[in-house]
Amino acid sequence: MKVSMSVNGVVQDHDVEPRTLLVHYLRDVVGLTGTNIGCDTTSCGACTVLIDGQSAKSCTILAATADGSSITTIEGLAHGDELHPVQAAFREEHGLQCGYCTPGMVMAAVSLIDEHRTPDGGTDLNEAEVREGLEGNLCRCTGYHNIVRAVLSAAGVSLPGPGTHIAATVGGGQS
Amino acid sequence: MIPAAFEYHRASSLPEVFELLQAHGDDAKLLAGGHSLLPLMKLRLAAPSVIVDISRLSDLAYIREEGDSVKIGALTRHHTVQHSDLLKREVPILPYATSKVGDPQVRHRGTIGGSISHGDPASDLPAVALALGATFTLTGPSGSRQVPASEFFQGFLETALAPDEVLTEISVPKVPSAGWSFQKFNRRAQDWAIVGVAAVVGNGTGNGVALVNMGPTPLRASAVEEALAGGSSAADAAAHASDGLDPPADLNASPEYRRHLAEVLTRRALTEAGAS
Ligand SMILES: Cc1cc2nc3c(=O)[nH]c(=O)nc-3n(C[C@H](O)[C@H](O)[C@H](O)COP(=O)(O)OP(=O)(O)OC[C@H]3O[C@@H](n4cnc5c(N)ncnc54)[C@H](O)[C@@H]3O)c2cc1C
Ligand code: FES
Ligand code: FES
Repeated sequence: MKVSMSVNGVVQDHDVEPRTLLVHYLRDVVGLTGTNIGCDTTSCGACTVLIDGQSAKSCTILAATADGSSITTIEGLAHGDELHPVQAAFREEHGLQCGYCTPGMVMAAVSLIDEHRTPDGGTDLNEAEVREGLEGNLCRCTGYHNIVRAVLSAAGVSLPGPGTHIAATVGGGQS
Repeated sequence: MIPAAFEYHRASSLPEVFELLQAHGDDAKLLAGGHSLLPLMKLRLAAPSVIVDISRLSDLAYIREEGDSVKIGALTRHHTVQHSDLLKREVPILPYATSKVGDPQVRHRGTIGGSISHGDPASDLPAVALALGATFTLTGPSGSRQVPASEFFQGFLETALAPDEVLTEISVPKVPSAGWSFQKFNRRAQDWAIVGVAAVVGNGTGNGVALVNMGPTPLRASAVEEALAGGSSAADAAAHASDGLDPPADLNASPEYRRHLAEVLTRRALTEAGAS
């Protein structure tokens, strides 16, 4: 079947089998291999891309369903040599070790930061919300501390000093 | 993992859905957010030969007030339910419980209608629908019928939906001043509930208490509801949480452990909801 979608601003038209998953379409058909496959069971988030601006796990979406939408992958963030602020923050805060989870982490973070923009251009994100907001992304190197710092920094939250640890207050009640 | 091959149709209207379902009968499966169905298809636990993609039926994605209730279109995504100001004000347990479903990526895609139709006893929203006394609109080629949540879940992944019907709307009563609580017990972020409890008390029409993952279907904790109606305290009522139930055993929990969790979580839920 024919599918057509914008990937990083470029319209792509291809003929695919209906059962083609979006992640395979992006990697094998479009040739953008920045989006990784980790678990292949909707758990790890390595395959996260943006569909019409919202984070989604591309191993659990048919390319056929994404037909007509606008996809952003990790390759679509930077402007030439200029890194996207979230990428720059991951580099600055050393938010990666082996780097396998990183494309998905960055895409999930872009979506999270976007959803928490306040009308004045600020953010209402805090550390607990970043930790909870990235619960769909697993880092096997377990480098969460610096990932959270990177996301807070990219969102414009001033970081606690090095070595300062704020215990996450994830969960909570109705408040 | 790649699903078995299938024929794909994207429907752009309900009549088109009914036509496709009639043409393909039992071979066809509806696809909404795909976040229950595609994982099953990738594992080849499901292998429908025809997929009818209903995710673009945008007429069925809405949340609106109607008298004493709030109507939610079946194709409304979890993310939209979670952030709805109308629901936060009138039916706060629903957006709260929805915020506990999966993770942000799952909530961006999954739909309330898919979650209810799938009828998974481990899922959160069917229990909330039971506790609220929600009503579902099932629409088929010859019209619509209303089915109360309490009659919808009939067996393991089996519901009142006929093969040619689509769940089109979920109607929940406004309960702005009722006490409520949603207790979800899991061990890791993003996980499904090992046991969960939804409670809505003092909403004028009685108390609703429902359980996640305590049997083959989403369940009402009828014995707890009866004990509350008879004037029992939260702790005494909670002691009846697993009366008559046969909870499953799996890697996470034995039936005994689930019974224990059900009582503890029901007590916490009733206490938080203010049942006295
Ligand atoms: C990693 C992960 C974690 C999750 N965690 C949770 C969790 O913690 N709690 C929880 O409750 N859920 C969880 N889910 C499930 C999620 O909420 C799903 O979105 C939901 O169960 C199904 O909705 P869907 O729109 O994706 O349905 P689909 O997968 O598209 O469909 C599910 C089934 O319902 C049928 N169907 C769909 N829509 C309709 C309709 N309108 N009428 C008739 N039949 C229909 C389909 O044919 C299919 O059989 C999780 C899913 C994943 C992948
Ligand atoms: S590869 Fe998609 S979530 Fe892990
Ligand atoms: S940096 Fe190695 S998996 Fe996250």
